[in-house]
Amino acid sequence: MIEFKMPALGSDMTEGKLLEWKVKQGDAVKRGDVIAVVDTSKAAVEVEIWQAGTVQELLTEPGTTVPVGTVIATLAAPGEAVAAPEKRPEKPAEERPQPRRRISPAARKHAEDRGVDLDKVEGTGPGGSVTVEDVERAAKRPVVEEKPAVKPLPEKKAPPVSDRALEMRKAIAAAMARSKREIPHYYLSQSVPLARATEWLEAENARRPITERVLMAVLQLKAVALACMKFPDMNGFFRDGAFVPGPSVHAGVAISLRQGGLVAPAIHDAQELPLPELMRSLADLVRRARAGSLRSSEMSDPTITITNLGEGGVETVFPIIYPPQVAIVGFGTIARRAWILDNDIRLVPMVSVSLGADHRVSDGHRGALFLAEIARLLQEPEKL
Amino acid sequence: MNKTEVRTAVLAELTRIAPEVEAGELAAERPLRDQVDLDSMDWLNFLVALHEHLKVEIPEADYQKLGTLQQVVDYIAAKLGAP
Repeated sequence: MIEFKMPALGSDMTEGKLLEWKVKQGDAVKRGDVIAVVDTSKAAVEVEIWQAGTVQELLTEPGTTVPVGTVIATLAAPGEAVAAPEKRPEKPAEERPQPRRRISPAARKHAEDRGVDLDKVEGTGPGGSVTVEDVERAAKRPVVEEKPAVKPLPEKKAPPVSDRALEMRKAIAAAMARSKREIPHYYLSQSVPLARATEWLEAENARRPITERVLMAVLQLKAVALACMKFPDMNGFFRDGAFVPGPSVHAGVAISLRQGGLVAPAIHDAQELPLPELMRSLADLVRRARAGSLRSSEMSDPTITITNLGEGGVETVFPIIYPPQVAIVGFGTIARRAWILDNDIRLVPMVSVSLGADHRVSDGHRGALFLAEIARLLQEPEKL
Repeated sequence: MNKTEVRTAVLAELTRIAPEVEAGELAAERPLRDQVDLDSMDWLNFLVALHEHLKVEIPEADYQKLGTLQQVVDYIAAKLGAP
């Protein structure tokens, strides 16, 4: 029998609320199937299963909060007999009075936040599914009289969802306090000229339609991922007193959320993705992070984090490791600066790349070589 | 499509990407990214949305001409031949 437990979707998560089951008793599941939606303090997350089997019993009711590690469902392994699903004779699955409603995880989360009763929301999405907009409409219904003739005003900013913001702040605080308490950080930074990368990218983007343009952040991400292949001691986890190298480079990307807070979900196997594909993955990840629909594997397994704070003009980031990872790379703003090249002072686009790494795993010398490798890779953008 | 309609369409895309924006509070002549929290990804998504919904080509070399809301509206209106 397979016990399916409430997963830890990030090291800062201690409990999770089951929002929805995506499977029912007797369903066959395969590796990678989404079987439930769990609400963490950060987002509604689609939880995948990593073993094949047949759902035997769903032990936790939607709406219940349970600690991480609690068995929330049992499954029969392939070949194992499934216990007779006779437990609920009053309601066989096929004879449910109503077909199950399709509600997007983001809409469900939205409804939770706004206190909207989903049973009373009319679905207008594909196949009658309930969308965020439907919830939004339902949330406003009691206050706003429906007057179709009047053009709706630009949507008013929702009141701050203080509970969620508070929960997220607590989760971030717990992870960062643990990081500062347990991880002996060292910090390094290096100025990296981006003249070649900028020129190359401009020429590439000029050739591409707008929908396929690539951001400099994607080149930076790829350079870090490739450098991790040469420096496995920057990529992995510190667990139970020892370093465990990551199986691949699952690049965690720090994404700030509009309502405050941040998440750092992973782009899997980032070292293998060509730039356009990496760009699509990043765009998709940012969109889903902000819509609150991330997957459990993205939340739980980044092997290193990359944070880009250049947008606001930050020169150098002093990044704090997200445990149990062992390194984090920060990029500052790209700005033209005076730089000496061949005994000449030139104006060159520069970026400061910084590293926060775990002294239990590596030393400054290794960190310096790692940064130098990132800098080197960024000088050959066509090879990224 | 006239200029007012272009402006409405631009604001619609902007508020889709940055829902916290109050369209009425934007100063049309001030740099947009000083008033709205848009990172490079948001900015690109904004331009892609304009490209897709209004069918205008926006080469990357033109990004620097698109500093303010007014400049964005004028640029697109010119491309569409809007009065």
